[in-house]
Amino acid sequence: MQVKDLAALEGFVTQTMENGDDSVLDAYAGDLLSDVMGNAPSDSVLITIQAHKNTVAVASLAGIKAIIICNQRSTPPDMLQAAKEESIAVFTFDGTQFEASCKVACLLGKVDARKG
Amino acid sequence: MQEIPINTVTSPNVILELIYRLKVKDVMTTDLVTATKETSLREIQHIMRERQVTGLPIVMGKRLIGIVSMDDIIQALDKGYINEKAQDHMTRNLIVLEDDMPVSFAINYFDRFSYHRFPVLNKHKELVGMITNRDITSTLLVEINREIEELERRTSSSSMSDEMNGEIHTYSIMKNDFENAGFASTEIKKRLKKAGVMPHIIRRAAIASYELEMNLVVHSDGGELIAEYTPQTLQITARDSGPGIPNVDEAMTAGWSTASEWIRSLGFGAGMGLPNVKSVADEFAIESDMNGTTVCCSIKLQSDEEK
Repeated sequence: MQVKDLAALEGFVTQTMENGDDSVLDAYAGDLLSDVMGNAPSDSVLITIQAHKNTVAVASLAGIKAIIICNQRSTPPDMLQAAKEESIAVFTFDGTQFEASCKVACLLGKVDARKG
Repeated sequence: MQEIPINTVTSPNVILELIYRLKVKDVMTTDLVTATKETSLREIQHIMRERQVTGLPIVMGKRLIGIVSMDDIIQALDKGYINEKAQDHMTRNLIVLEDDMPVSFAINYFDRFSYHRFPVLNKHKELVGMITNRDITSTLLVEINREIEELERRTSSSSMSDEMNGEIHTYSIMKNDFENAGFASTEIKKRLKKAGVMPHIIRRAAIASYELEMNLVVHSDGGELIAEYTPQTLQITARDSGPGIPNVDEAMTAGWSTASEWIRSLGFGAGMGLPNVKSVADEFAIESDMNGTTVCCSIKLQSDEEK
């Protein structure tokens, strides 16, 4: 899937997306930036509540293509500015990280539609 | 028959790895043309001409029971039994390959036996493919091309990293300067990328430099991050002027942290910093007293193996 496919998900609001055509292969959920840095796969989307500039720095270093900020947290202008410069997309989502993760998992085809 | 030159112990490693890594199932043709034991040799002759094959497996369901080759057809024409059924004249004594065998087995078989094709069975003894010398040659060519491309890329990247030889960059890091945190690490990452260093190594360098940089921001009174490049290694040194780590062993323990609530709310201070650096670095050393802390780590830029 591509970054722009995330923009089409219900409840996802695009804050910045300079890299809509980048491909996204995986996802990672976490708020501890050290943990994200060490474990998030490259070319992934990060699901978090850490709405600040340092999240963008970590994303850039870890090769993360998009950040989804959950729980109605707002994204400060300097964060969005940094994201633009680093070509990382930022979306906001009113629901929880779990809900966002479910939606992304479906998009990535990581959930099998189990019967019943 | 002349021995196939790639099937020797003296071949380059990359070729040997290739013929062991590739499985028969990666090479075989799965688009099969088959006949049953009731099919006449005349029909088989027509199928062979139409589909341009020189041997036809005879099956019952998915089970292989014989093969009719071009030779069998010539014999039949010569001796006048071309209208008889496959079951009376097919070759029943078959030499088969399994789909999970390495390609080296197949090469060996073509070397040892005079057949032009081998049927391939899966572990349930079902016919899943046919393999010819041509299949092996074309797949190997594609794979060898890919390997050579990779080798060329690595050679060019090592000459690129020669060019950074001796470069030293020093970044000063201020206490609690979250505004610029990550700048030094991003610069290091960009430098390595420009030099064509492999992505998984850049990632390790990024993790190490970012953790060290954040440690300076979060815990020190300010300090500097120094990146030194040689063609083989990147050495990162983080040096600060205090306050020092009271117990280095505790600081090296995953999950142990002295960070404040505020720092934690930003997602830092998980107690993973130094352990993370140590785990991605090829060499790691730390010294600390009241006058400050110095952490040195180095990362090899041309890994022989994945870490």
